[in-house]
Amino acid sequence: MIVEPCSLTIAEARELLDRRELSAVELTRSCLDRIAAHDGRLNAFITVCREAALAQAAEADARMVGGAGGPLCGIPLALKDIFLTRGVRTTCASRILDGFVPPFDATVVAKLRAAGAVFLSKANLDEFAMGSSTENSAFGPTRNPYDLDRVAGGSSGGSAAAVAANQCLGALGTDTGGSIREPASFCGVVGIKPTYSRVSRYGVIAYASSLDQVGPFARTVRDCAVLLQAIAGVDPRDATCAARPVPDYAGALTGEIKGLRIGVPREYFIEGMAPAVDGAVRAALRQFEALGGRLEEVSLPHTEYAVATYYVLATAEASANLARYDGIRYGLRVAADNNIELYERTRGAGFGAEVKRRIMLGTFALSAGYYDAYYLKAQKVRTLIRRDFARAFERCDVIATPVAPTTAFAIGEKIADPLQMYLSDIFTISVNLAGLPGISVPCGYDDRGLPIGLQLIGAPFAEETILRAADAYERSGATVRRPPII
Amino acid sequence: MASETAMAAENYEAVIGLEVHAHLATQSKLFCGCANSFGAGPNENVCPVCMAMPGVLPVLNRDAVELAIRMGLAAHCAIARESIFARKSYFYPDLPKGYQISMYERPLCVGGYVEIEANGERRRIRLVRIHMEEDAGKNIHEDGTSLVDFNRSGVPLVEIVSEPDIRSAAEAAAYLRELRALLRYTGASEARMEEGNLRCDVNVSVRPRGVEQFGTKTEIKNLNSIRFVEKAIAHEVARQIDILEAGGRIMQETHLWDPVREETRPMRSKEFANDYRYFPEPDLPPLRVTPEWIESIRVALPELPAARRERYVNALGLSRYEAAILTEEREVGDYFESVAAGLRNAKTAANWVMTEVLRVVNETGKPLAHAVPSARETGALLAMVEDGAISLNAAKTAFMAMCQSGKPAATIVRELGLAQVSDEAAIAEACDQIIETHLRKVGEYRAGRDKLFGFFVGAVMKAMGGRANPRLVNEILKRKLDQ
Ligand SMILES: [Zn+2]
Repeated sequence: MIVEPCSLTIAEARELLDRRELSAVELTRSCLDRIAAHDGRLNAFITVCREAALAQAAEADARMVGGAGGPLCGIPLALKDIFLTRGVRTTCASRILDGFVPPFDATVVAKLRAAGAVFLSKANLDEFAMGSSTENSAFGPTRNPYDLDRVAGGSSGGSAAAVAANQCLGALGTDTGGSIREPASFCGVVGIKPTYSRVSRYGVIAYASSLDQVGPFARTVRDCAVLLQAIAGVDPRDATCAARPVPDYAGALTGEIKGLRIGVPREYFIEGMAPAVDGAVRAALRQFEALGGRLEEVSLPHTEYAVATYYVLATAEASANLARYDGIRYGLRVAADNNIELYERTRGAGFGAEVKRRIMLGTFALSAGYYDAYYLKAQKVRTLIRRDFARAFERCDVIATPVAPTTAFAIGEKIADPLQMYLSDIFTISVNLAGLPGISVPCGYDDRGLPIGLQLIGAPFAEETILRAADAYERSGATVRRPPII
Repeated sequence: MASETAMAAENYEAVIGLEVHAHLATQSKLFCGCANSFGAGPNENVCPVCMAMPGVLPVLNRDAVELAIRMGLAAHCAIARESIFARKSYFYPDLPKGYQISMYERPLCVGGYVEIEANGERRRIRLVRIHMEEDAGKNIHEDGTSLVDFNRSGVPLVEIVSEPDIRSAAEAAAYLRELRALLRYTGASEARMEEGNLRCDVNVSVRPRGVEQFGTKTEIKNLNSIRFVEKAIAHEVARQIDILEAGGRIMQETHLWDPVREETRPMRSKEFANDYRYFPEPDLPPLRVTPEWIESIRVALPELPAARRERYVNALGLSRYEAAILTEEREVGDYFESVAAGLRNAKTAANWVMTEVLRVVNETGKPLAHAVPSARETGALLAMVEDGAISLNAAKTAFMAMCQSGKPAATIVRELGLAQVSDEAAIAEACDQIIETHLRKVGEYRAGRDKLFGFFVGAVMKAMGGRANPRLVNEILKRKLDQ
């Protein structure tokens, strides 16, 4: 059987490209063909940049002939449509950015561009990254490649679905409360959310500034490590970006985890979790033991407050971050007779229901007389959650949990019930509140054949540890990956 | 009626606090690399950051922090080791992010005071705080459309908040003059009110004398000249006293100063009733300032106006009034000191700078350095006066010519022939001639009409074209007439 180039891993494609058995243009064309064939049903992308991608691929081929190509030269990627791309419209899946074409690249995009990566497309997402299913998009929901009637997860659902459906070799997403890990879990791919401040946020449209973090999706842990290597590191344009050096992530993938202490938090195995998820995660834990890891029961006692804390802090920050969409300088403007009316009409027409709900929640939480009871209290709980993890990491090296309590749910199933939807992130949100790195790696399938993800959480800047553990698990073959139905 | 009002006013005391905004004199804006300059075309000094494009982030300008610390140290503030920027949210077209980044709960400079002199009294006006923030853009309304210029968006400001320690319009003016001097001495700000570098909000209340409790205050916003501040305060204090005397109550209001009608008018409540929803700015880490940095800024501070005034009075023998005038602007004080350095008496330099130099500066409207000769040349000219080489009047003539031509003092004095004749033989000869032609008056003088001495001096000076050294003329005439 001839393998379509678009279904290669980055590592496999790299070898073929370096041996001149495959050109970047061929590889890119294969992805574009795949997109043309399937994205009408999948809706992973808001914008496909066919001509630009082929031109970038040709450039990459020329570079490789000159022997100048690095690990990502000529590799076709998708970008969540939250990253500013110079000259290519950037929507954030919102009508309010109608017609907005950025004059500059986000730092991570500029880094990948300089590395010779090929940008195929801008991937679908929940509007302003607010959601857990990619149903809150002005461009329609993204469907799950394993079941087209189900969600891809969110908010980076387009990126996850595209990687799963072999429309690209890797993708970038963002994760504020689980927006990389949950869709990675639902779509059966690998996704990592690095430590807060590990990757620059400059040129990434802000949802909740103290929680947002950029990370990659790929079909293997190793590919994720290579992508993370390319985007991590200090940025003079982001004052919150860490100055510490970036380690060799791929080099950390030794396959060796003997003696690794794996913390299992009792608060993460709850009533109401899908039995298939519970079973798959427990099986994965046994596999870690078989690989020489040691399980340690740990406690994260403030877990039950994480969702409430998150929805106060994230929405508070969002209410300010989204104030700039006022119809004055760019994007949508609905004509009106005066300023106030201009704001009301523009924002009324431009934002979707979930975005409006979160702006109102955040505005309320910051209002005079409520600030102490909501915002300040939530900050205090955030500190407690951070301490929970610090204490747990005294007893273990990684913490293993499910990514989400269920597998992908049906499109429309939770959209009318925001609280149910918010609970999809119950296992991922604490990690953002604590600023920690977390990875989702496939660990099984339910009886419908829907993927299940295992979450490995690390101490601050311990990306190497969680990548090494995830890679060792992946390579052990405990989970045999199944192809998507499309 | 007038005296009744005056009587009523006597029974009240004004309580005034000022919030002063000053633009910091940095090269670039507070959070981006755009030029911080006045007078560029609309929207020329802008970039994605100060236009609040999606995805942009602020990066703090270290120079702005240093200037704010300089001002804080000059005003005796404690500099916080850690301060925090916050977001202050409100919607306005000139505010691109929909929030202003400003310090709120934890400002950079805390406490401190500014020393003022008003009505011959020296007082300390305590400060609450000095904090950093960014300016907004500017709305322009033209032919029924509204335009926004974002050049000013993101320009660094300090807000200097005083305690309600000010008791009169005159003190408020003195306080503002002193703040302006401090801002300029430290280089923190050019503090030019006419360019909007310095803006002022005033809180005013009145209370019966002897009462501790504050009255209800009103706020007057956006005053941009010291004269307006004085007028607005005087107007507001009188208005409040009138209301209280008539048995009324002061409403807590915000007023706008109308510079044309020279009165305040209340703003509609919609114009200021805002809930700013402050919270810590998550895009900026806490601002940490090391003691070493603070110390290095402190040692580099120039001598400040208050210290300079003391030195002028105690070491140079100037009056407090002279010292106050000469220290209001740093360049004036520097100039005065350079001129005085070459003279026997500092008073000579002080008088000259206060009259001649400042007159020329005011008349030409040019900065001191461009309006008048260098301090060295002015000093050389005044040294000639001290040495008796030229008269004071001749020096004034020479000074104007120097201002016009830029030529050295010695050249001008020579070219205009202003040198005094100190040749005793020449003066003696002129005296002899005058005595010979006025023998009758000589007789009368010698008979006891002392008053005639002035007549002889004038005649000799006239005969010598006004250039004779008056001291020598006096001496020689006296000797000859008394023979
Ligand atoms: Zn700028």
